[in-house]
Amino acid sequence: MRVALFITCLADGQFPEVGKATVRLLERLGQNVEFPADQTCCGQMHVNTGYSKLALPLVERYVDVFADYDAIVAPSGSCVGSVRHQHAMITRRYGTPGLVERVDTVAAKTYELSEFLVDVLGVTDVGAYFPHTVTYHPTCHSLRLLRVGDKPIRLLRSVAGLTLVELPDADQCCGFGGTFAIKNSDTSTAMLADKMRNVLTTGAEMCTAGDASCLMHIGGGLSRLRTGTTTVHLAEILAATREQPAALGREHDRAEVSSRAGRVH
Amino acid sequence: MTAPVLLGMPGPPPAPRGVGNLRGEAKFPAAARQALADTQLRQNLGRATRTIRAKRASVVAELPDWEQLREAGRQLKVHTMAHLADYLIQLEDQVVARGGVVHWARDAIEANAIVTELVRAKDVDEVVKVKSMATQEIGLNEALEAAGIAAIETDLAELIVQLGHDKPSHILVPAIHRNRAEIREIFLAEMADADPALTDEPAALAGAARRHLRRKFLSAKVAISGANFAVAETGTLAVVESEGNGRMCLTLPDTLITIMGIEKLVPRWQDLEVFLQLLPRSSTGERMNPYTSMWTGVTPGDGPQEFHLILLDNGRTAVLADADGRDALNCIRCSACLNVCPVYERAGGHAYGSVYPGPIGAILSPQLTGIEDNASLPYASSLCGACYDVCPVKINIPEILVHLRAKHVETYAEEHRLPSAEASAMTAAAWVMSDPTRWARALRGGRLGRVLGRKRGVIGELPLPIARQWTDARDLARPPRQTFRDWWVRDHEARDHEAGQ
Repeated sequence: MRVALFITCLADGQFPEVGKATVRLLERLGQNVEFPADQTCCGQMHVNTGYSKLALPLVERYVDVFADYDAIVAPSGSCVGSVRHQHAMITRRYGTPGLVERVDTVAAKTYELSEFLVDVLGVTDVGAYFPHTVTYHPTCHSLRLLRVGDKPIRLLRSVAGLTLVELPDADQCCGFGGTFAIKNSDTSTAMLADKMRNVLTTGAEMCTAGDASCLMHIGGGLSRLRTGTTTVHLAEILAATREQPAALGREHDRAEVSSRAGRVH
Repeated sequence: MTAPVLLGMPGPPPAPRGVGNLRGEAKFPAAARQALADTQLRQNLGRATRTIRAKRASVVAELPDWEQLREAGRQLKVHTMAHLADYLIQLEDQVVARGGVVHWARDAIEANAIVTELVRAKDVDEVVKVKSMATQEIGLNEALEAAGIAAIETDLAELIVQLGHDKPSHILVPAIHRNRAEIREIFLAEMADADPALTDEPAALAGAARRHLRRKFLSAKVAISGANFAVAETGTLAVVESEGNGRMCLTLPDTLITIMGIEKLVPRWQDLEVFLQLLPRSSTGERMNPYTSMWTGVTPGDGPQEFHLILLDNGRTAVLADADGRDALNCIRCSACLNVCPVYERAGGHAYGSVYPGPIGAILSPQLTGIEDNASLPYASSLCGACYDVCPVKINIPEILVHLRAKHVETYAEEHRLPSAEASAMTAAAWVMSDPTRWARALRGGRLGRVLGRKRGVIGELPLPIARQWTDARDLARPPRQTFRDWWVRDHEARDHEAGQ
């Protein structure tokens, strides 16, 4: 099986640890992961902001880059949701009939990480070790676009040393929503406040999820409030072992610097 | 704004400006900011939506065929919209054959004028009303008031809103933003016959409203209603409600005037079987609503002896003309999408500026008025998808929201000579992302956000306020030293090196 990693913009440029963890995890499970360097973005930002037409070349690129692989894996429910649901929509409107067919084929073999592990590789115990108390936030697009269901929970329950605590109102959106967080920042922040309150009531050390974007939002809020509670991507937990623990704490450290910069404006 | 053009012909007109309640004064983000500062409002809304969400979830879980019912509801609606003109004519024929009078109203202005004339002809200055979204939409009460006619709302929540000189904030529960104590104060201040010792017990409040309204029911000569459904094959109208006030209005006065959006049709009597299961469970979280009133034309010696049906367009044909947006017309006004929407729960109904709030309002209002008159509404969503999951007729609200965002972007571009800052940024981002070398360089340059404002001779940085919208409440992690793709190259070079040794 030829497996390609679709890294996603955010993991590539902002959270490379998520990508490295995904590679480490998949290799540990015996997969030979390839990273096609010509990949860029799935186009979701353009589509969701009202610029679907500009996303067409990005969709074409995605199809060209990944067509030859048996499986494409991304550490993001949202970007995979875009590939599986929006690519067809964009192509049907702006593309050619030939492209529509290719888009459907490539979309059908694009998987979010937990889907790939559970559905394709058939594993729930990935041999991870993570001695922390963690709560899980199911991101909206994993939950409702991809219907990953309890796959991430099953993976987390099998991690040695990990204590999983239930997040109240887990299915409520954290308020990120891409440009929504900017255009409607007050409403977004109100949603974030409730999500953070729920995370904090669990007493967990960390909040995990399958999307770096939602974690950037939740983690950014938790860091601003100096709660001491942090965020960690599902891939980083699943990649961690006794021999090679996750590189934690660096993100919080980085955030402090930018928060000072942010206040200058 | 310019009318949409179909094959060189001007398209169907939107709902006219200056009349009705489809347009707000402020854009959503500003209106929401105001609402968010009201902690009482947030508490009232949070408590109410949480309760109704739980009720809905439990009664929906009882039905093993819920998904099939939803699909049946969706298909019935899609079919009806595809043959709307035929079914409307069938309905008209049936209503007329049973002794009713049918009026066609192109928009709010025509509908209000027809009603005013009909009421004047009866020489009365007071009418009773059944809760109706269509009459709220066209601003009927205001139009009647201008003609010297008082329209008395008889639904408890609508009465609270009317007495409080307020606006409805929810499709089903118009006074959801009020709590018991506030309602008691409104009654004491505005209800002339209220007992000064009135408590805020729900039963006491309902009793006060009942005594107040009973007199109105018994004296009214004319009633005005909306309709939940109309059956084309029989000419039957249906109103579903919980309080019995509707039954009073529909049976006691001598003249009944019903205003119905043209999308409220179902083809056959038996189709009601599907909707009368979907609606109460989705709406109030009940297995069945307490009152379902149905009437067909006029029955001599029983009920109203004069029946007028006003078929209202007010922008609906324009919605129907958009193949990607028309499913918004399938809505049966259950308000389940409002109750699960995290944006509605925080911002409340008034922030949407239209009588149709929440997710359905965000796709319906901009289509009825023309996108530019409600351009901020399609963006009032994090696209979390909770609304689509609960919609009893499976309207893909997130997809239509995204479609309307694109429609706004296209309309803006047609109407302005210079591209918006956002359009420039998006074009630049697409240009960078369309080439791996440019993209890698942009990522390496760090600060992903900067890609949006990447210069290509013409575009500068993103304006600072946009960055501040993020950093006001959330820290942003400093970009890493190395992008993933640079790490990959280094890592694999090292591996190849090791393998070679």
